[in-house]
Amino acid sequence: MKEQPRSAHRAAAPIKSLAHRFVYSGLVIGVFALMLLGKADAVLMDRFRAQISDAIAPILGVLGQPVDAISRVIASVRELSSVRQENALLREDKEKLLRWQAVARQLEAENKSLKKLLRYVPDLGAGYVTARVIADTGGAFAQSLLLNAGAGDGVGKGEAVVTGAGLIGRIAVVGNRSAQVLLITDLNSRIPVIVEPTRTRAILAGNNSERPGIIHLPPGATVSPGDRIVTSGHGGAFPPGLPVGVVASVSDSGIRVQPYVDRSRLEYVRVVNYGLRGILRKSLPGGDGGKRGDKKP
Amino acid sequence: MIGNLWHRTDRLARNLSPAGLALALVIIGAVPLHIPGYARVVPMLPLMAIYHWTVFRPQTMPAILVLVIGLLQDALTGLPIGVNALVYLIVYGLVLSQRSFFVGKSFAMLWLGFVLVCVVAAVATWVLVSAYNGILAAPSPVFFQAIATIAIFPFVAWFFLRWQQTFLGYD
Repeated sequence: MKEQPRSAHRAAAPIKSLAHRFVYSGLVIGVFALMLLGKADAVLMDRFRAQISDAIAPILGVLGQPVDAISRVIASVRELSSVRQENALLREDKEKLLRWQAVARQLEAENKSLKKLLRYVPDLGAGYVTARVIADTGGAFAQSLLLNAGAGDGVGKGEAVVTGAGLIGRIAVVGNRSAQVLLITDLNSRIPVIVEPTRTRAILAGNNSERPGIIHLPPGATVSPGDRIVTSGHGGAFPPGLPVGVVASVSDSGIRVQPYVDRSRLEYVRVVNYGLRGILRKSLPGGDGGKRGDKKP
Repeated sequence: MIGNLWHRTDRLARNLSPAGLALALVIIGAVPLHIPGYARVVPMLPLMAIYHWTVFRPQTMPAILVLVIGLLQDALTGLPIGVNALVYLIVYGLVLSQRSFFVGKSFAMLWLGFVLVCVVAAVATWVLVSAYNGILAAPSPVFFQAIATIAIFPFVAWFFLRWQQTFLGYD
């Protein structure tokens, strides 16, 4: 009685393993096809990504809160031990900044009167959306963050993401209530910048290390360690003058920039809507705001 | 009848728990911890789940689940969709075919197996990302990430083993 099912089972085993193998190779081929599709149709994959991050965002938002609270407590305890020194430093800084303020006021007044003389067309004012960083997946290749604000909150693709210290990256994917930030250190990040002391135009290219490099420098340009790097505003994606970092080293293998923003400390960031996208769409045929020459390595 | 239904639901929930754990690890791995330098070496937590359950309870870790874990990881990390999915499937196929080698061996052997798996995953990720972007990515971050993953593995594996003894202790 019992012999029959067992032998049937035994006969079915190779077929079952064959079926499993078939499913497995089917899935591998399917994923390959998906990768090729993603390479060909990035918009479709971005929509897929946005949907998933929209679905996960509320969970991540809740999970992140206790971690944020703990890290805040640790930070405040650490600060307590150095309050005295910090106070002295701050007092010193304040003296310096007051002197700068006087200079800045004077320059501002001068600037205003000169602009009036020249009938200067002012830049558009920027709008901000403040968002919390809910995911920093990290890892060797993933240089991106997830924010808890999306299209519903006024975040748009391509907009600059900043903190008080400087530029972090740009919005790569927008969902309804979440958005993915491509950090300036990512392989695909290309940002038009200028070397501030010499006003030399260049491109800041992420290379997956903590220090992005500078490429496309005009021949004969001189860059030295300590030079400030700010966004140039060329290409219309970013407002000009956002601080990015300082040149850390100059060698034969390239120029490395140390970004101002420390990734591990990011909690709240601002997404800058510079109001340029509307202009670009109107004035440039085919300027869809998605292709800004920063996708191609 | 009711008892039978209850028993089956219970068993189903237990069998689904490895899938839930693996998916939870993907999400937990994405929470920003605000530790300086952590983002560079964040361990590949889902890889541990796939490895462990494929070795000990392969029926709870079907290939399609491995695919879903990989796609979720890709969507959250901002890597090209399919990279992690493919890497996890490669690792899955490798571990499944060599499964008999790991089962019933000491923990050191299990760890050694994971070291191999980790190296394969790191190299595969590096190759895929480099090929996808058409440039050679810097190899050092992969190296450090693999080291961190290998170092964290015993703690996660211990947790998985306890879970397995408690909830998947049959057969």
